[in-house]
Amino acid sequence: MNVDQSVRAALLAAIPSLRAFAVSLCGNVDRADDLVQETLLRALANIHSFQPGTNMPAWLFTILRNLFRSEYRKRRREVEDADGSYADRLKSQPEQTGHVEFGELREALAKLPPDQREALILVGASGFSYEEAAEICACAVGTIKSRVNRARNRLAELMAIESTDDFGPDRATRAVLGGADPE
Amino acid sequence: MKNSKAGPRLPTQPGTTAGKPEPRLGQDIQAKIGRQLRAIYDDVVNQGVPERFVDLLDRLDKGDDNEAEQPKS
Repeated sequence: MNVDQSVRAALLAAIPSLRAFAVSLCGNVDRADDLVQETLLRALANIHSFQPGTNMPAWLFTILRNLFRSEYRKRRREVEDADGSYADRLKSQPEQTGHVEFGELREALAKLPPDQREALILVGASGFSYEEAAEICACAVGTIKSRVNRARNRLAELMAIESTDDFGPDRATRAVLGGADPE
Repeated sequence: MKNSKAGPRLPTQPGTTAGKPEPRLGQDIQAKIGRQLRAIYDDVVNQGVPERFVDLLDRLDKGDDNEAEQPKS
């Protein structure tokens, strides 16, 4: 097959974000890259069904997500696991990417139901709108919004238990304490 | 100074329940969550495009049909 140069450029531009989303689904960089590769092949095989000028990243994310759910969930049941190995992989992922910060958030993310985690990442990290995320996940916009809200609330609960130490007094507290507001 | 756990001493305000984050603290936590979420996501984004995908697109462009839709183990 010949790959149209503009299609090639669009695919290359989307790969970094696709990889990040795939890692959040698979919990593992190697599996994520395999998933991205299958996504690219599927996309190219179906490129005739893509309307030029429409939202290619959203189209690619949809393909990737569908591949993940149909193939990976069947073949690799351990991703949806009861024994916590997904959470372990997500926690060990920093060693693979070279960053060990934000362990608290990583652990909390691993505890979310997959649908909530996915919605939160699409809206909060990948930068899609609620409408785009709803199309990617083939559900109603309201469903995405409620998943994102639940995810945020749950993360806040999980992290607040650890994190009240991290904050200096907020403005209201400073006012009560009588200190000058630095702003 | 009252003995306290490590961290800022937040005065008890009317209407709050012990152990429940106050609304402003909740906003701070949400802001922190948003920043950290984007940071860990961007960690991967900032790796760019691995060679394997550039090579894949090159191979496909040269018309190697063996690549089409063959799942690699």
